[in-house]
Amino acid sequence: MIQVGLTHFLVISSILFSLGIYGIITRKNAVMVLMGIELILNSANINFVAFSKFGNLGINGQIVALFVIILAAAEAAIALAIVLNIYKTFTNVNVDEIDHLKD
Amino acid sequence: MTFYDIIFYLFAIITVVSAFIVVTTRNVIYSGFSLLFTFFGVAGIYVLLGADFLAIVQIMVYVGGILILILFGVMLTNKITDVDIRTGTVHLLPAAIGVGILFGALTSVMVWTDWKTSPAEIPVTTTYSIGRELLTNYVLIFELLGLLLLVVLIGAASIARRDKE
Repeated sequence: MIQVGLTHFLVISSILFSLGIYGIITRKNAVMVLMGIELILNSANINFVAFSKFGNLGINGQIVALFVIILAAAEAAIALAIVLNIYKTFTNVNVDEIDHLKD
Repeated sequence: MTFYDIIFYLFAIITVVSAFIVVTTRNVIYSGFSLLFTFFGVAGIYVLLGADFLAIVQIMVYVGGILILILFGVMLTNKITDVDIRTGTVHLLPAAIGVGILFGALTSVMVWTDWKTSPAEIPVTTTYSIGRELLTNYVLIFELLGLLLLVVLIGAASIARRDKE
């Protein structure tokens, strides 16, 4: 195997991104969709940190990754509050059955 | 094959396999617990990239915060009396084909692009420089994120509150 370099980290991140998209598309449960979003945010963070290390960009990439983590925490809190409200209203959280706006 | 490479492949395998379990298993609880291993693997990758502070933040915020929140979300939105909490899946085949094409395109771009790499000397411990940057160049974003977290705290509490009646 060749020396681990930038490409290895980028490939890991693209695998995580694809799996996250797959989870978002195929899952019915809203909480599972949130897990897919977390996977995508993690893959973006790996990209930031990898480019920051191998692109001679100093510490800036790590700081942006830190901001992404903070935004992910905020997003998870709000999204779960909304999911709890959906569960109170519909008694399930399947995203393909919540289509009352269509009627 | 150096020691660094072996550690990298170990963390990469942990991350990818557990992320695969997250999106394929039908039991939501199993997904939540495999997400734990994904986050740990990503934290290990951060350490390999020289981002020690970020790895600790990843473990504390993701594993200690977001994952617990997600598990509470699972517990509060399903009937706990069911032994196995299952989730349905929709359009598996088109999703697999589309995501396969997306993955192939992304990976080929990542692999075939001739990235200009110049290994920089990341400081041995990054905490000092991150703190310094946060309070000088990024101070406006730092304060705005603090404000955002306050808004999220109030907003989440008021959205999820049960009505009095």
